Order: sequence, then structure tokens, then C-alpha cells
Amino acid sequence: MGEVMDSGSEQPIGPILIAAIACIALALFGVGLATVAGVFIVWVGSIFLANARPPQIESQPDTDIISSKSMGKLIKHSAAPLLVIEGGKVTLASRSAQRLLGKHIIGQDVRMAFRQPQAIKLLNKQKSGLAIIKGLARRRDIWRMKLQKIDTSMSVIELTSLTAEADISRAHTDFVANASHELRTPLASIIGYVETLREDGTGLDSNTSKKFLETIHREAQRLEALVSDLMSLSRIEAEKHDEPSDIIEFGKLIEQSARDAAGADRLDRVKFEIDDTLQIKGDAQQIEQLVRNLTDNALKYGDPEKPVSLQLAEGKEGQARFTVTDRGAGIDPQHLPHLTRRFYRTDPGRSRAAGGTGLGLAIVKHIVERHRGRLDIESQLGEGTSVIVRIPAVAGEVDQVS
Amino acid sequence: MAEHTVKAFDEDITRLRGLIAEMGGLAEVALQDALEAMARGDETLADKVVAGDKKIDALESEVDKLAVRIIALRAPMADDLREVIAALKIAGVVERIGDYSKNIARRIGQIEDRKRFEPLTLLPAMGELAGEMVHDVLTAYAARDPDLALEVIEADNKVDAFYDSIFRNLVSHMVENPATISSAAQLLFVARNIERIGDHATNVAEMVHFAATGVYPPDDDD
Repeated sequence: MGEVMDSGSEQPIGPILIAAIACIALALFGVGLATVAGVFIVWVGSIFLANARPPQIESQPDTDIISSKSMGKLIKHSAAPLLVIEGGKVTLASRSAQRLLGKHIIGQDVRMAFRQPQAIKLLNKQKSGLAIIKGLARRRDIWRMKLQKIDTSMSVIELTSLTAEADISRAHTDFVANASHELRTPLASIIGYVETLREDGTGLDSNTSKKFLETIHREAQRLEALVSDLMSLSRIEAEKHDEPSDIIEFGKLIEQSARDAAGADRLDRVKFEIDDTLQIKGDAQQIEQLVRNLTDNALKYGDPEKPVSLQLAEGKEGQARFTVTDRGAGIDPQHLPHLTRRFYRTDPGRSRAAGGTGLGLAIVKHIVERHRGRLDIESQLGEGTSVIVRIPAVAGEVDQVS
Repeated sequence: MAEHTVKAFDEDITRLRGLIAEMGGLAEVALQDALEAMARGDETLADKVVAGDKKIDALESEVDKLAVRIIALRAPMADDLREVIAALKIAGVVERIGDYSKNIARRIGQIEDRKRFEPLTLLPAMGELAGEMVHDVLTAYAARDPDLALEVIEADNKVDAFYDSIFRNLVSHMVENPATISSAAQLLFVARNIERIGDHATNVAEMVHFAATGVYPPDDDD
């Protein structure tokens, strides 16, 4: 106590003076001296006590502030998705958890955040444990959920993503199955022509052998395009789960990449309508590839006499909406659901003749997915096709650029 | 949603929504398992889906009871009433989604010669889309997000397009291989069930939109 008194600032002269004046006034009003003296002593004593207390009172809630407020802060900034559950409701969630499950979960029944049966089983068990849950935020993701009981009503949930590991094995088998077929076709014709040339190289007239060599050259180029597309596809897939963090000027990038894709001879067909204030978080190289693929598709499959329009505007709820529209034959609606599948072609002959690998839209789809966006294709037979890419735009406020 | 003076009302609503989320989670998994069982011809997994439907039904009756109790005891008004009614209806629809998944699972044993079926490669892709709709609509319900609900409604067109494509595909398959008609017919029903699941997800999306905004989303087609 003495120590606390010492640490207390100056002597409380003001209050003592007030007490003295009040007691003198009491004495003047004719109250007994003994009573006045008693009142004065009690008053002054209480002033000293009150004066001594503040540091103590301050230190008391101080520990409380540490435990609740800074726990909230601690959890809020944790990189791993963390949630605190109290009495069946989510009371705290780290920013990463809010990004994963939505901001609405705070204050809601915990089942709003975790509706997966395995998760509910773990939550109902009323003790610490682990569960593997599928389809938490997106449909194909896999998470490990670790529940730690703190006391009877409170528990902490920690989430770890296992999606990437599970994906690798699946992607691998798909890749081998599809790619080997597509790679074999051009190889077969290269080998065939080379064998013909080698066997009767002297017997062929120069025109025919020239034609053969051209075919070999074309097929080899196709193989090269295919291999490079496959490589970028697998690269994008590998990175699918890390959200890009660079801020890029979407409009500027679109113009530049579309010009590259069109080349000098097709550039006059490209019409831009770009809102160049929009920024997105993205991987510049991949976005460039996305724009290039879409522009090239539109130029290739649209009517060669008609323009192709590239539009960038602000869409609903802060999204950047990028639309590529061509006017031409359009796509039969029955093909629409399959367009983004690898090696799917509406007209194999035409696509191959135009030098397509069958991977362009699959690459676009993967890029869009990595950027947490959406890809939609609308088409009207005989009118043309619109490909719409929506990617969350970076809001004006500089929120979490770091 | 603003808090109510009667705390117990908030508790009830939270619990009601929690129950629906739990139901939705089960329905989502049922659909996913049914599709996986179909792709692999896994009859044990199919049996699991059929058995799991009881749990969804039990939860639905729990939602019903709670909703009726809330209405009887608290006499909710305006958006509170909308919330409870929506919950009641959504529970019914989610239960239907569970039933369709069960139907899909039931048919798996009756598809013979699965290896040769080309349409079998299309069905999982269609199921994937429908599954995504169910997932999104449940998220939209949890977040009271009318925009996501609208997206689900739009996505139904894609499922319908898939259905048309699969239907044509299966019919021509039947014409060419009359021996497989009975299996192909089963697949047709599976496709139909998936298509219905898409429609039901759309229904839920409309109710989510209604519960959040008080108006039904505009009909853009027809």
C-alpha cells in the first residue's frame, strides 16, 4: 500500500482544502467540535484512500484489456484462419477467416460458417479434435479443422488448407490422359511425312516434297504451341491457390495485350471501350495471357469483316467487368457448357486449321479462377459471342496492400 | 439484422438458421457423394447416400417445429416473419434436394456396362454445376447476400443447357444401341434429377433474395 501511495502523484491538496472549508462551515453552523473533527478525519482519510486507489484501479482493467481486446487483435491479424466460438456462436474471426467464410459469420450460429457434416460432428462432440472438411468456401477445397476447447462454452477453431496437395494428384492423371492424345496426332503426321520423304525422297517432285515439308513445319509449330499452352496451364494450376497480390492497371494491360495479340494486320478490327481507372489484384503475366487468348479467339472465330469490341467497365459490387464481343457465327448453345474443358472443340477441323490448341479457354478459366473471378460465355447463333470476365476490383481505399 | 429487445428471439432465429445450414451441408454432401458414386459405380457409397437422407428429413422436421414455435410464441412481424417463413420453405426445398440425390444414388446399381457410356462423362460435369449452385445458394443464405442469389439464378441456365445437351446425346445413344436402352433411361432420370436440383437451388435463391430484400428477383426470361 505504501508503495502505491508513493507512486501516487502529488498530495491531494485541493480536496483537503475543500474538506477543511466544509468542516469550518459545519462548525460555524454550530455542529459539535468533536463531530466536526470526526467528519474531517474520515473525509481526509477517504481522500487519501481514493487518491491511493487510482493506480490500482487502472491496473485492474489493464489485465482485462490485455486478455480480451488484444486477444481479439491477436486473432484478427493471424495469417491462418482462426475463429473463436462461444456458446455455439462465432464471436471472433481472424481477417483471413472472414475472407474465407465471409464477414457475416460473426455473431451467427457456428453452423452458418461450417455447415459440412464432418465439421458439425466435431462441433457437437464438445471436445477438442480434428476433422477434415470438404467444400468449405469453394466446392472442391479441403481443409483440416482443428478445434481446441478453452472452457465449457468457448473454443478456438484453426483451419489449414489441404486443397493444394489433393489437387496435384488429380491434375496429374487428367493431364496425362488428355495430353497424350493431343500430342500424338501432330506427331503421327510428322513421322508419317518424314518417313515418306526419306524413303522416296529422290522420287518425289520438288512441289510435292515442298508441300510435305510445309505440313511437317505446320504440325511441328502446332506441337510447339500445344506444349507451351500445356506448360502455362500447369503453371497456372500449380499457383491456383495463392491469390495474386500485385495491383495492376487492368485497362492499360488490356489495351497493350490486345494490341500484341491482334498484331499490325488485325489491329484495325479491335475497338476499345476501356475504363482505365480500374485496378485489380492480379498476376500481370497471366492477365495478359487471358486478354491475348480472348482477343485472339474473337478475331479468329468472329467474322473477319466485323470489329471485335473489348470493354472494361465497373460491374456490380466493385467488380471489374471485362467483355470481349465478336460478331460472327456464334456458338451453338449445346456447346456452351463444355467450352472451357480442355481440348473441347465445337468444330475440330476449323479449330485446328486456325491453329488452335484447344486449351485457350481452359487457360482463361484457370486464370479467372485464380483471380477469384467469374467467367461467363454468352452466344447467339448467327450474331456473335461475348465472353465476360469479372474480377474483384481493388477498392479506392488502401486496405491491405502490404 | 438489428437486435431485438427480446434476446430469446434472436437466439431462436440464429438456431433456426443454423439448422438450415446444417441441413444444407448434408444435402450438399449427399449430392456430391451420389455423383461420385455414379462416376465410379460405387454402390456402397450410394447406399450411404440413401441412408443419410433420414438425417436430412429429421432436421427438416426440427426446423418445422422450431419455426412453428417461433411464430406461435413470438408472433414475428415484417422482416422477422419473412425470415421465418423463408426458413420454413427453404427447409422443404433443401429436403427435396436431398431426395433427388437419394434418387440418383438409387439408380446407380441399375446402370449396366458403365464403361461404354459416353454420356457418363457429361453427367459429372453437369452435377458439378448443380453442386456449385447448391453450395453458392447456401452461402448466399448464410450471408443474406441477394447478389450471390441472383448469380445462382443465372447459373440455372447453364444447367438447363447441359440437360438439353445430355438429353439429345442419350437419345441418339439409345437409337444407335438399343441394347442399352434401359441403362440409358436410368441416366436420363439421373440427368433429370440433377436438372431438378438446379431448379430447386434457384427456388432457394429466390427465397434468399426475398428474405433479404422483400422483393422477388425479376424474371428475365419468358
